[in-house]
Amino acid sequence: MPLLELREITKVFPGVLANDRVSIRLERGEIVALLGENGAGKSTLMNVVYGLLTADGGEILVDDKPVRIKSPRQAIDLGIGMVHQHFMLIEPLTVTENIVLGREPGHYGIIDFTTARERVREISERYGLKVDPDAKIIDLSVGMQQRVEILKALYQGVRVLILDEPTAVLTPQEVTELFTVVRSLVDEGLSVVFITHKLEEVVAIADRILVMRDGIVVGETTPGATDEVGLARMMVGRDVVLRVEKGAGTCGGTVLAVEDVHVHDDRSLEAVKGISFSVCGGEILAIAGVDGNGQRELVESIVGLRRPSSGRIELKGKDITHANARASIEAGVSHIPEDRRRRGLVLEFNLAENIILGDHRRPPVARRGIMHPRAITAVARKRIADYDIRTPSERVLAENLSGGNQQKVVVAREIGRDPELLVAAQPTRGLDVGAIEFVHRQILRERSAGKAILLVSLELEEVLSLADRILVIYEGLIVKEFAASKTDAETLGYYMTGGGGSKLDTGTGARQIATPSAGGDQ
Amino acid sequence: MSAEAEEPSTKRDWAAIAQKVGVPLASVLLAMIISSVIMWVSGYDPFAAFAALFRGSFGTPKAFGDTLLKSTPLILAGLGLAYGFRANLFNIGAEGQLFMGGLAVAWLGLLLAGQPWWITIPVLLLAAMLAGAAWAFIPAILKARIGAHEVITTMMFTYIARYLVSYLVIGPLKSPGQIPQTGLLPSESQLPRIQSLFSEATLQAMPFLKLGRAHTGIVVALVAAVVVWWLLKYTTLGYENRAVGYNPFAAETGGISVQWTIVKALCISGALAGLAGAVEVMGVHYRLFDQFSSGFGFTGIAVALLAKNHPIAVVPAALLFGAMAAGGGTMQLEANVPQKIILIVQALVIFFVAAEGIVTYFVRQRQKEATSHVG
Repeated sequence: MPLLELREITKVFPGVLANDRVSIRLERGEIVALLGENGAGKSTLMNVVYGLLTADGGEILVDDKPVRIKSPRQAIDLGIGMVHQHFMLIEPLTVTENIVLGREPGHYGIIDFTTARERVREISERYGLKVDPDAKIIDLSVGMQQRVEILKALYQGVRVLILDEPTAVLTPQEVTELFTVVRSLVDEGLSVVFITHKLEEVVAIADRILVMRDGIVVGETTPGATDEVGLARMMVGRDVVLRVEKGAGTCGGTVLAVEDVHVHDDRSLEAVKGISFSVCGGEILAIAGVDGNGQRELVESIVGLRRPSSGRIELKGKDITHANARASIEAGVSHIPEDRRRRGLVLEFNLAENIILGDHRRPPVARRGIMHPRAITAVARKRIADYDIRTPSERVLAENLSGGNQQKVVVAREIGRDPELLVAAQPTRGLDVGAIEFVHRQILRERSAGKAILLVSLELEEVLSLADRILVIYEGLIVKEFAASKTDAETLGYYMTGGGGSKLDTGTGARQIATPSAGGDQ
Repeated sequence: MSAEAEEPSTKRDWAAIAQKVGVPLASVLLAMIISSVIMWVSGYDPFAAFAALFRGSFGTPKAFGDTLLKSTPLILAGLGLAYGFRANLFNIGAEGQLFMGGLAVAWLGLLLAGQPWWITIPVLLLAAMLAGAAWAFIPAILKARIGAHEVITTMMFTYIARYLVSYLVIGPLKSPGQIPQTGLLPSESQLPRIQSLFSEATLQAMPFLKLGRAHTGIVVALVAAVVVWWLLKYTTLGYENRAVGYNPFAAETGGISVQWTIVKALCISGALAGLAGAVEVMGVHYRLFDQFSSGFGFTGIAVALLAKNHPIAVVPAALLFGAMAAGGGTMQLEANVPQKIILIVQALVIFFVAAEGIVTYFVRQRQKEATSHVG
């Protein structure tokens, strides 16, 4: 008897069929991975189960009895819990307070904290989820916060736990710990639905894999019966090139020259301590490093968002050291920012308005301060078509698009401007295989077109597969330069963490070196 | 998914518009219902009260004229607030800029005595805009350069403006006589009443034009509404204003100067508030005195909120608040309901508009989560 069964669930959003008659069965004590690209309908389906959305058709059965779930409260009462990508915890409160919230033990409005703490401790020991019950949420790491979310669901007595992209925010160590926890939950008789778009996780954790694409379940398999290439094909619907193919690089003259640049960060500390390099036309130069070693400040100084305290930056011989963002764009620098939701897009703007950002003063979009709606629509539609942005229209708000499509908008805008230099910071962060492949292809196309590309990435596989040359940045200095073909991840990792005798090896952040992501490897 | 392009999106546009219009309307309706209950509990007849309020604001051409009279500065102040809100700036000190606009007009109007109206009126309106903008400029610079919050600074500048006007009408600009006020503006500097534009015969034939005290400042206000709408929708100025309001980081990355945009936004906001002061002096009082504005700059905040910062919607929102101000007297006289009850209605309208923001915030959070994975 299945614990949870979905029959022909259908969910329609304006212009989008998010779930099309999806049927799923979940047995007791199993881990089902729900695999699919961003926008495949995985989260929508689980939001229906958790009562955040109401299905337009189909039925849900718990213990073979049809149920109607209209709110998370009802879902929890039926034993279904969900941990979202964005945690829903109250930061100034303690772990215990957060866990018992809504179901506090006690009488007459007075909470019995001794009992509460005891129960939290009991559950956390039973499932091996160690966490300090008196710690404040705000002081916990992201991985710990996720534990609190899981504990909260367990405290509420759930039998089915839905984890929505649980590894997106975790470090590799934390992922391993999470997998251990998930297995212990299943040993205790719970069932887990694991939503993800990362192939290697699916293979590592799932008992059964359901692959979704365009709102339907396109296949069911087990980790033993397939491999990552097979899964990628099912997920995207065609063969995916997991390895980037590219020809030999050519140098078409220096485009970007950076000479002894020093940059201060927001706390007025020197983050970039004298960096020099140049990028040729037709070349991809990658800067590899552990997050927080000055990459952000370096990028910001090149694209005009931050002033270098000394040094010189030239674009095709023209001094752009003190150019602001506008002058930088007009000089031919395009910038794919590392955080698309914060720096890349105005989420409340529609697609067309986002696509013209940065070009909004220039013809054909605007003349003498007056904008031309028809020209804007034309530009937007061309970009949407050229860059395969999946949207019902150019008037859809950016916030209503999936992460992959949002990134496509940024890429379309920055590359569509036809720049001399493309600065791409973490261009594939949080994207699924299909979208990663797309972004990589666009960057390589720019390379073939003779443009200079500066790639900053924490993903070593991405750096290794895309770049012609790699600079390793450590504590604001370039500590090593490699030809991409003559190095590997281990060597890079060694220099990224302060190896090679340049500085003390503090070991901080070393664990944040990106492990191979689903997209860049193989 | 990209196949069914046009149709659903247009449908959604209509749904979005319906939601935008529906919520303020519902807020007004709810406010009326609750204030009815309050009146009923207090022993008044709410139906008689609202009927009298309606008669006093829309019942006769003269009553409607009074509504227009009160609405005119509210439209302009509301536009100023709305423009600022679109850049995520709360120009709570519109009242101060309004005072400066009034001051500029009252002073310059006397200096320009003897000039023809087609010189004085444009010059005075422009001067009022400059004065309002100048009064917003210092808080704007403080905000842009050192991040001083505009709610504090513009508010403090309101006090300075009010006491400056108090001093000037008692001292240097005081006209001869007992009353602390400036001299009467020459007729070339006055905004004529609407009914004065028509001949007696026309007024006889079309009595609905007998709009009493309503003056041509309403034309200025309506033109301003269209201009602000156009600015926001069709110019790079407005585009940058909105971009900075929604997400200053993305705006900055797109080459927009956030600081400069803030300065421009607050100055335009101040210019519109200054214009509100001008029409009040040039169209109603023809002179400046301590109490020439009955808090139009503050009511403008409520107008902008009710209009959800849409420049065209500011017009009906201002008419509503103008009608309440105009009809309050009639309500007291005919239904024997204290005029102050109007304040309760106004407060409730604002309350529900604000509460709607809370409710939709949560609804949108849920939708965001749900739809962020669909594309």
